[in-house]
Amino acid sequence: MLDKKNNHLKIALLGNPNSGKSSLFNSLTGLKQKTGNYAGVTVDRLEGETTFFINNESHPIKVIDLPGAYSLFPKSSDEEIACKTLLDKKEEIDVVVIVLDATSLKRNLLLATQIIDLKIKTVLVLNMIDEANSQGIIIDILGLQNTLGIDVVCLNSRKQEGFDNLKKAILNARISSSVFYNISTFNTEFISYKEFISSHIYSKKTESDIENSDKLYRFNIINYLIAKFVKTPAQLSLKAITSKIDAVTTHRVYGYLILIFILFLVFQFIFFISETPMNWIESVFLGLGDIISTQLPKGALNDLVVHGIIAGISGVVMFVPQIAFLFLFIGLLEDTGYMARASFIMDRVMRPFGLNGKSVIPLISGTACAVPSIMATRSISNIKERLITIFILPLISCSARLPVYTLLIAVMYPKSTFLGFFNSQGLVLLFLYLLGFVATLLTAFVLKRIVKTSESSFFIMELPVYRWPQGKNIGILVYSKVIIFIKEAGKIILAISIILWFLSSHGINKEYQELEIKQQKLSSSYPTLAIKKEIKQIETQKLEQSFIGHLGHFIEPVIRPLGFDWKIGISLITSFAAREVFVGTMATIYQSEDSEKSEGIKQKLLNEKDETGKPKYNSAVCWSLLLFYAFAMQCMSTMAVVKRETKSWKWVFAQLLFMSVLAYVSAFGAYQILS
Amino acid sequence: MKTLSLAKLKKGQKAVIKSFTNKTLSSKLIEMGCLPGETFVITKIAPLGSPIAIFIAGYELSLRKDEADSVLIELIL
Ligand SMILES: Nc1nc2c(ncn2[C@@H]2O[C@H](COP(=O)(O)OP(=O)(O)OP(=O)(O)O)[C@@H](O)[C@H]2O)c(=O)[nH]1
Repeated sequence: MLDKKNNHLKIALLGNPNSGKSSLFNSLTGLKQKTGNYAGVTVDRLEGETTFFINNESHPIKVIDLPGAYSLFPKSSDEEIACKTLLDKKEEIDVVVIVLDATSLKRNLLLATQIIDLKIKTVLVLNMIDEANSQGIIIDILGLQNTLGIDVVCLNSRKQEGFDNLKKAILNARISSSVFYNISTFNTEFISYKEFISSHIYSKKTESDIENSDKLYRFNIINYLIAKFVKTPAQLSLKAITSKIDAVTTHRVYGYLILIFILFLVFQFIFFISETPMNWIESVFLGLGDIISTQLPKGALNDLVVHGIIAGISGVVMFVPQIAFLFLFIGLLEDTGYMARASFIMDRVMRPFGLNGKSVIPLISGTACAVPSIMATRSISNIKERLITIFILPLISCSARLPVYTLLIAVMYPKSTFLGFFNSQGLVLLFLYLLGFVATLLTAFVLKRIVKTSESSFFIMELPVYRWPQGKNIGILVYSKVIIFIKEAGKIILAISIILWFLSSHGINKEYQELEIKQQKLSSSYPTLAIKKEIKQIETQKLEQSFIGHLGHFIEPVIRPLGFDWKIGISLITSFAAREVFVGTMATIYQSEDSEKSEGIKQKLLNEKDETGKPKYNSAVCWSLLLFYAFAMQCMSTMAVVKRETKSWKWVFAQLLFMSVLAYVSAFGAYQILS
Repeated sequence: MKTLSLAKLKKGQKAVIKSFTNKTLSSKLIEMGCLPGETFVITKIAPLGSPIAIFIAGYELSLRKDEADSVLIELIL
């Protein structure tokens, strides 16, 4: 009975989507769960641990939550991975717990009878028994149990009712002796149902006629089972409350108004409200850096820890508030059932662009930040639509672009000028935001034609009834997303930020070493105004002589046609960490007194002259830069998250290449036309 | 009784499924409980005409208009 090597009993949860698997999984494992990977696919693998205490004995259990499936003939990559894992001998699954939604037994029993025919140890869970009972559905458990040949347990995952019975049933699970569909009488090629399904999944797809006759045959038996063991009220209809809420949420006016209001709320939280906790995080890490820099002896290690590692970790943790808020909303919308409605009313709008109704939320939160939004695309079940949404998200103008836009627009129009009624600065900003959206949709439109996946785009899905959200489910969702981000994307972000920090604060040539010595001498003397100024100058010179400074010179020939010099080149490289770094680097390069405020750096840029003595930052250069920042990737965190969500570097590099080309060509065009 | 496509129905109409005109879609629909002989009601039609939602086999299912087009039904009066 017990797993040979480690005494664990391994159980797998399988059932239709929305049958309550996640709720059951969360109830069983609590926070003792982790998200892993299935090889080669973008589906997350959820595993957890728990211990059953029965009759004073403890039984360690491993639980794996498989993606939802309607049958063993997979129609999506989620379903495919569920079936493959179930059949995989290496998984060593001891017991399969089939989770059924007791309110729609007929549909749910199809998968159940298929799994029973696989001849694995099985337990059947009738989940949502509370709802079934309140609808007047009465189930003869014993009768069902005897006919199916396995234990049947009633459960209310919300209230944790029925768990003791479930645990006992799992420990005593058995293989049913009933056979529902005897494959060898229909197809002599196969001796067992397991073999038939394996061949369908691994070698050649069965024709839909054969597939359908399997299902229709089963449904005949299921109809008989239901007639015999289930008492259903004569007139079953959609729950009145759900009907009433839907009359508003899918209404042609109110439906969209409600959606707009929700999107507005999401935007407010991610764009503005997150700012406060983000500032806290920043000051906590700055304080921590200060403490450590005074505690550790001065030198290379001190620098690495404070400016490399702590600053890098701070840059990772900085995203946590946005991720947490976004998933709080998504959890609420999914758990109540609203998300399916949003997708219902938006499908017709998004479809021409190859997007899903559920793409709306990531697209809107993308105006604040692409990072949490890319993680949020997980709720889009169609793989093609999810990939397209991920690919286009970084093109939307996010909040990190705002400081760059503001600075450059202010340089272009130092004084507010009016075009008719409109403030010209505001118009340019509006134009840039619209440009982002248009580019996003156009790219989606083109990608829809290019991206090929084996999965066809169905919209055949359940609209679940409305339910009160469960704090536990949402809490665990938020927690696990934050952990995933920190552990998986965080590594990459930290690594790149340390590399960037190293390149910008180190150099090997003689000039750099001399500057270093000079700076050390100055910083130990009394900080008069003159000395402070000199230190600032040295910082600028150091940046110029650092590796990144040299890189800036090195790429100058490539960016010259865009109107950029090596100084901008340096800023382009440093702001690869995040777009807003551009402003800070420019401030260092131009020795702006007040590096935080863009006022000072604005004046410096306005005063900067080119070789011929004309203002360097004319509208051609500014537009070129604006367009470059509108389209270029310039965000390592986005890349790290795309890697984590698509599970491959292929998409990351395709996206980087595409955005770079788009940015380069637009900046080139703008500069050449305007100058 | 004359058969017509599901996509032609209006909200509130009741009908019974007869057959399918697309094999790939039929195998998806069947496993979602849309069996020939099953009765259903149109519960909603999205503001822009697609998707459509039906109440069938004890739950509500939504599908796009062109998907609904492949389902042949018979009206119940
Ligand atoms: N009344 C009631 N509601 C439940 C029960 N179990 C789960 N739910 C609710 O049913 C909804 C779907 O539950 P999930 O746990 O997300 O279902 P799932 O099968 O994991 O669904 P997917 O994640 O979409 O595959 C949630 O709103 C749950 O709160 C139950 O026993 N009784």
